Amino acid sequence: MNMIDFVEKEYMKTEVPEFKIGDTVRVHMRIVEGEKERIQVVEGVAIARKHSGIRETFTIRKISSGIGVERIFPLHSPRVEKIEVMRSGIVRRAKLYFLRDRRGKAARLKERF
Amino acid sequence: MIGLIGRKLGMTHVFTENGNQAPVTVVEVGPCPVVQVTGENGKGKAQLAFDPITKKDERKVTKPLRGHYLKANVKPHRFLREFPLEEADAGMKAGDSVNLDIFKDVHYVSVSGISKGRGFAGVMKRHGFKGAQTMSHGTHENFRHGGSIGMCEEPARVHKGMKMPGHFGSEKVTTLNLEIIKMFPEKNLLLIKGAAPGPNGGVLIIERSDRREKKAAKVAGTKFVNPLKASKRKGG
Repeated sequence: MNMIDFVEKEYMKTEVPEFKIGDTVRVHMRIVEGEKERIQVVEGVAIARKHSGIRETFTIRKISSGIGVERIFPLHSPRVEKIEVMRSGIVRRAKLYFLRDRRGKAARLKERF
Repeated sequence: MIGLIGRKLGMTHVFTENGNQAPVTVVEVGPCPVVQVTGENGKGKAQLAFDPITKKDERKVTKPLRGHYLKANVKPHRFLREFPLEEADAGMKAGDSVNLDIFKDVHYVSVSGISKGRGFAGVMKRHGFKGAQTMSHGTHENFRHGGSIGMCEEPARVHKGMKMPGHFGSEKVTTLNLEIIKMFPEKNLLLIKGAAPGPNGGVLIIERSDRREKKAAKVAGTKFVNPLKASKRKGG
């Protein structure tokens, strides 16, 4: 096996949390503040997954007090503790960047049951 | 043994214990057979080999070199390199093998390699000159030039060592004090934080480095004993 792949595999999560683009997810993040460690939950729509292997990242978009906020997480980071799927949206593309130009009611996604 | 010969395999990134990402260079290090031992510990040297030559290329090994390897009963390798012997190497003889274990308690290493060749490079790439500060205001066909190279009638010549365009790269470069992130002894892999000189597949000399520890000892107010010279001090 390619040695670079071997090294990357050592650091990748064995079970990658399952979610799809368009899903509304809650990301449980481990945050270290000084000595203490706590879990912070970030909720939003998954609008993009990028790269592959250990470099894979995903982008969460949410509206926070009227301002659109996007956060990018490395999928395999040990700080990303858990990803919960709250709702699944029906989408037809892999990158939902068009949501950036929409606000309010227009920015909703149809739900998949 | 203070160092080993290795091969740069490429770069990637890994997650450290606290969840940070660290850029790493993956280096295949050793195992290096000892081909020759000269002198005594503290002063002597051991010749290490790296990268065994495949059967196809065996005919390319010259007869004198083949004899040299035969003496140590080692298969011909592509690279030979001498390293100074230390106290811990007492009893080392030709035919032994040195592997990653020598870096077990080492935190930092220095890595030497042959840098990527850039050919005939201009001053901006070669020396980091700034080039033209503006693309307009009268600048004409002069965007990546070095500017003036000297004065007028006095001294009426260009000073020695003036930085000018020329051949860049393909030279020995040593990067000091790179942190060891992880080792995979069973695969002879070493993960070094940051970049190592040269292209992927290039040969590297990896030596343990104590400069960071030295600095830390200085801050703590204790005297640092150089492990490279410790044996010397004890001897005389």
